Amino acid sequence: MASAVHGAVAPRANATALTEQEAALSRGPARASSARYSRRLASLLIGSVSIALWLALWQLASVHKLNFFFRFENIPAPTEVAAAFGELYSAPKFAAHVGNSVRRIFLGFSLAAALSVVLGLLIGRFRVAAQSLFPPLEVLRPIPAVAWIPLAILLFASAEQSMVFITFIGAFFPILLNTIHGVEGVDRRLVYASLTLGAGPLDVFREVILPGALPSIVTGLSIGMGTSWFSLVTAEMISGQFGIGYYTWEAYTLQQYPKIVLGMITIGLLGMGSSFLIKWLGRLFMPWFQSEASAA
Amino acid sequence: MTETRALGAIALHDVNIHFGEGKTAVQALSGIDLGIEPGEFVSILGPSGCGKSTIIGALAGFTKITSGELRVDAERVNAPGPERGVVFQQHTLFPWKTVAKNVEFGLKMRGVGKLERQRKAREILNSMGLSEFLAHYPHQLSGGMQQRVNLARVLVNRPRVILMDEPFCSLDAQTRLQMQELLLSLWHELHMTVVFVTHEVDEALFLSDRVIVLTQRPARIKAEVTVALPRPRTRDLLTSPEFVALKRETLERLLGDPSASVKPS
Repeated sequence: MASAVHGAVAPRANATALTEQEAALSRGPARASSARYSRRLASLLIGSVSIALWLALWQLASVHKLNFFFRFENIPAPTEVAAAFGELYSAPKFAAHVGNSVRRIFLGFSLAAALSVVLGLLIGRFRVAAQSLFPPLEVLRPIPAVAWIPLAILLFASAEQSMVFITFIGAFFPILLNTIHGVEGVDRRLVYASLTLGAGPLDVFREVILPGALPSIVTGLSIGMGTSWFSLVTAEMISGQFGIGYYTWEAYTLQQYPKIVLGMITIGLLGMGSSFLIKWLGRLFMPWFQSEASAA
Repeated sequence: MTETRALGAIALHDVNIHFGEGKTAVQALSGIDLGIEPGEFVSILGPSGCGKSTIIGALAGFTKITSGELRVDAERVNAPGPERGVVFQQHTLFPWKTVAKNVEFGLKMRGVGKLERQRKAREILNSMGLSEFLAHYPHQLSGGMQQRVNLARVLVNRPRVILMDEPFCSLDAQTRLQMQELLLSLWHELHMTVVFVTHEVDEALFLSDRVIVLTQRPARIKAEVTVALPRPRTRDLLTSPEFVALKRETLERLLGDPSASVKPS
């Protein structure tokens, strides 16, 4: 090949000149990064001050037992929550609650992700699969995961299984729909291109459809992660014996009010952590997508 | 790369293509008879939307012909295949693959080993002035570079026929000329048959051995212009009297009106 393509010199030289110019151009954005850094620092500062202000307002309202539309008389002050924080985050029982919830999420979400991605790929790609599998799923889709709780309790032998099931339902549909959407959105010209380059049906699926649908699948996973936490916490509040949702609700029934806020904060942190995990995984598997989005 | 082969003879006999059925049916191609020699560079010229691209689709194997016969090297075309490379108007590089991996794709599909395909991809990218961009993703390149990678991805498979559907029409004039010259030099080295669809008279004449002029939809062959200009061709040719005369003639055949204005290019 090398000898074969060394004929005409003139266009080659032009092509090289062009690439150098373009390469210089593509190095440009590096200079802007220090300005961007200081801008981010400023916005971080303003954000922190804003949060501190709101905390201060809450503190004042609780200490003075403000009773104007909102009733702050039973609402623990941030300082009380902070005190409970130190004491409870180290207690083994609290860690067991968190561990229970995390395990349920892990099981339910993983099952949902595996099943709905496979189903979504099939439904999105094959007409037969769409015709046979999609209608029953469409009937079930509008039912919120929380509405499944009573039936789930009847359906499964243990409360644990029904809890995992609710988590599963919560994550299943967002992932399924986003996967189908992703498959259908794959640029048809890329499929054509792969065929003209000698790809067989399986190659098209693996090399084009799957990576093409991946950004949408990751979006589905991150939405599904949110809805599965939402579903799990509700289920735990209603029928749990363990878990962070149960912990929060129990704190209410036992009138340990600082613990309520502590539970809420923990749920928030867990949700944030798991969605961060999904984002991280997405970036790991799609290095091309992140930079594409920032270039656009 | 000195192997010889029966290289990309194309034959269309009375090819008709209809889209849709009943009242909404549209005829895209009507009675196309065309033979293309192995190694010939043929442009298909016609007004926008006339059905030029449909010919490419049929040759590539995406579009089923309604009647007639279409053969490449005596074989009936009924599915896409790697011996007929296609370059579309917009690049169709896989956004999730680096430049090198995009170029390796066809070789990978053929089961060529990893080291061998890396070597071949590097070689052709080097020869096209893209050696610094092996690890880049397509969106990090300019339009001209994307189309160069696209061309490399097709050529690395040594197709017998390369089908090009207005491949340079979204590039700026300067880049387009560079790409045209690059294409000519690659074609000269690699001896494949090229079918090149365009709506630009200059481009068609500059590149081709023969220009097929199509009518409005449904497209029929309206005229055929043989381009007997010497090769290798350079940009100087574009302003030579022979070229301008041929351009005038082609425009007349295309527009069917001798008084039609000849725009300076």
